[in-house]
Amino acid sequence: MTPEERFQALIDAEEKIEPTDWMPEGYRSTLIRQIAQHAHSEVIGMQPEGNWITRAPSLHRKAILMAKVQDEAGHGLYLYSAAETLGVRRDELQELLHQGKHKYSSIFNYPTLSWADIGTIGWLVDGAAITNQVMLTRCSYGPYARAMVRICKEESFHQRQGYEIMMRLCEGTPEQKAMAQDALNRWWWPSLMMFGPHDTDSTHTEQSMEWKIKRVSNDELRQQFVDMTVPQAEYLGLTIPDPELRWNPERGHYDFGEIDWDEFWRVVKGFGPMNRDRLAHKVNAWEEGAWVREAAAAHAAKKAARAA
Amino acid sequence: MSLVGTLLAHADDNMVLAQRLGEWISKAPELEIDIALANIGLDHLGVARALYTRAAELEGAGRTEDDFAMLRDEREFTNLLLVEQPNGDFAHTIVRQFLFDAYQLLLWEDLAANAEDETLKGVAAKAIKEARYHHRFSSGWMIRLGDGTEESHRRVQAALDQLWRFTDEMFEDGSTAGYRAEWERGVIEVVAEASLEMPTDPYQRTGGRKGLHTEHLGRLLAEMQWLARSHPGATW
Ligand SMILES: [Fe+2]
Ligand SMILES: [Fe+2]
Repeated sequence: MTPEERFQALIDAEEKIEPTDWMPEGYRSTLIRQIAQHAHSEVIGMQPEGNWITRAPSLHRKAILMAKVQDEAGHGLYLYSAAETLGVRRDELQELLHQGKHKYSSIFNYPTLSWADIGTIGWLVDGAAITNQVMLTRCSYGPYARAMVRICKEESFHQRQGYEIMMRLCEGTPEQKAMAQDALNRWWWPSLMMFGPHDTDSTHTEQSMEWKIKRVSNDELRQQFVDMTVPQAEYLGLTIPDPELRWNPERGHYDFGEIDWDEFWRVVKGFGPMNRDRLAHKVNAWEEGAWVREAAAAHAAKKAARAA
Repeated sequence: MSLVGTLLAHADDNMVLAQRLGEWISKAPELEIDIALANIGLDHLGVARALYTRAAELEGAGRTEDDFAMLRDEREFTNLLLVEQPNGDFAHTIVRQFLFDAYQLLLWEDLAANAEDETLKGVAAKAIKEARYHHRFSSGWMIRLGDGTEESHRRVQAALDQLWRFTDEMFEDGSTAGYRAEWERGVIEVVAEASLEMPTDPYQRTGGRKGLHTEHLGRLLAEMQWLARSHPGATW
């Protein structure tokens, strides 16, 4: 057997690939790109939610939100570590993000305009993330799969707290309920976009499926998400902003309308409402912190020299 | 001060500092620091909530933790001026944290042993462990910044000099005056290890415990309370 054949045989046998195993360059680079993009998303995702920490309407909500955003930072760390097992450094990956050469999830290029956006992000965005990520806990690359097991547990807590915020708003005053509906109107379509292009337009899907990096296609995941979410919206008494949404008894799934793909590609290409702001915030925090990192390095070097 | 008054003063210290630390999220010099600042903020928030809840119980007027945090005005907050000072650069945040941690360590040790109120005693016993971790973090950074580069040394010395005027206030109350000597010993030790100079400016400013604040608190509260106040009676 060639190394390629041995590698594929391991994958077909549902064995995990570990960092020291031989792997094709394409497998390595696909994983680096995907894990880095995932890590960047966790970190950039801290911004829209962090936007409401100082304004959370109760101390209970403030504590939960702070803990959630802190979890996202932790997810970023685990994922950068998983990427590092493939022979790249966290600072290199960050640098690629800062230069705009790496992407992060487009969902974070929308602004959080009311408290209900925090509920909606937990409910829909963390919900969509879970739908995507449950499959990744069985990814063929061991370190990524294991990181995802841990992350998924926390994401389901995030999803629940988001839904809980929505429940409080929907059983609250008319103003609160209106806030919830407005947030759903703004976040629904971007949430569906989180699953990526149609399978027919997705460039990476086929090879990723064969390598078992990805196990379920974009359209199937999107359908799963819609099927799961529609009854939740009904329970809240909210209307999903899609006139074509209806139960299809023959398919046993909900039919839904077409995503605005122009908008999808616009945001991916950097022209969404918040792309510039998110990246500027990130780069700015990094540059402002340079003197702190330099100080820590200088102190560590001096200490080592003194000990020698 | 009445017991409720004491509880509220300590609760306000922790609440206001938690709010300040919450402002750092997504802006820290690196991810690990972001996580640590959020952690410390969450600990302070937890202490504030426990103390507000106990104050509400003792007061017996049907108020909740949120009524204390969200519906009182600036003049009713009795936190120390130190904790309401803006985050500034990372050095300011660290110095503020360090001076306050050194004080809270002594406060919680004292209250965990001697508080008459059992709830306060319990809160203090839990808070000691957290305060030790906070103090390790903040004194560790005092030393790193003081010893690190010329720039970091200059920044942390400037922050120490600027925030020093809010330190007397921690000990002006009869119940905390006794911590002063030990607090100072601890501070001098870390300042020396960080190769920094102890501030010499004798000027001190107080008033927080009487609700006489710097101009920073009003803005902090405006942001913190706005949403809760714009929907009277709503639950979240
Ligand atoms: Fe996450
Ligand atoms: Fe999450």
